[in-house]
Amino acid sequence: MAKVVAITSGKGGVGKTTTAAAFAAGLALRGHKTVVIDFDVGLRNLDLVMGCERRVVFDFINVINGDANLNQALIKDKRNDNLYIFPTSQTRDKDALKREGVERVLEELKQQFDFIICDSPAGIEHGAVTALYFADAAIIVTNPEVSSVRDSDRIIGILASRSRRAERNEPPVETNLLLTRYDPARVAKGEMLTVEDVQEILSVPLLGVIPESESVLRASNTGTPVAFDEDSPAGRAYLDAVARLLGEQREMRFVQPERRGFFRVLFGRA
Amino acid sequence: MRIHGMRLLNLVFPPRPKSAAIAKERLKIVLAHERAGSHAPDFLPRLQKELIDVVGRYVEIRDDMIRVSLDKAGETSLLEINIEIEGATPAPARVSQA
Repeated sequence: MAKVVAITSGKGGVGKTTTAAAFAAGLALRGHKTVVIDFDVGLRNLDLVMGCERRVVFDFINVINGDANLNQALIKDKRNDNLYIFPTSQTRDKDALKREGVERVLEELKQQFDFIICDSPAGIEHGAVTALYFADAAIIVTNPEVSSVRDSDRIIGILASRSRRAERNEPPVETNLLLTRYDPARVAKGEMLTVEDVQEILSVPLLGVIPESESVLRASNTGTPVAFDEDSPAGRAYLDAVARLLGEQREMRFVQPERRGFFRVLFGRA
Repeated sequence: MRIHGMRLLNLVFPPRPKSAAIAKERLKIVLAHERAGSHAPDFLPRLQKELIDVVGRYVEIRDDMIRVSLDKAGETSLLEINIEIEGATPAPARVSQA
């Protein structure tokens, strides 16, 4: 049974697209046939983060409007056979994302895929609500920072009241917290909210903690999902979070300040 | 002296292409394409679909045998339509609508 996972946050710039790309790559690496969809109509960026910006011909809106079929629009990843990218349109018409059309496309995707990752736009407008409406699970991407935590709380409320599961009185959307850009050294100095602080305030289960890492910018520069960089702390943290999403137990890593040994100081990279 | 040292180091450990340079190159390409006013793709898919319908009345073709693109060079726009029919078989005769 295919699972629809929304990547959402309310606030912009916290790492939704990075997370959507990393989870899609991680699930594909684990052998699950996965598609990642860009819901940010008019501000397409998932294609750049996934490194397939030159291969976009048809998009989500073309398929919704019946101008192209699904298999013409899906882009097969060149690094992993289980991974597909579904780009959005650059149209300025935000209402192009009609709910009935999205539902029809998702039903068709469910026939082919194990996981459907929905990369939400920022905000709480039409696009963001559409991205979470059909979700079975949601990943709330949050930075340890006051405005991000507050906006995450808003989105958790919207998931609980305005998702299809809520409207139909079905079991609620399985909602998880993913803390990104976490800096254990600053946390240790008392300069940053701790994992426990954020979890206590939002009270949703913790799926993972992604440390602030140079590898995230390097990944987006080169159009490679960071989960493909298994040498980097962020890549490994994402792979752990993917394992937890699949129901495995993994110890939280990268939450303590790193002790840099002599050789790491000489040759190490973040 | 220092420069020579760097060169030697680069010979022994060739530097990896910096990711920022890759980012800049990718952005230039994608933005050049988007700024060229290629907002036309909004109607291109529909045009392509209708072309397939029309041509398909005469020869059997697949979706991927028609390519439609719009290019802009200065003041001139060029709508390019490529239809590949090599190996295509004539479409079955249709009942006249007369």
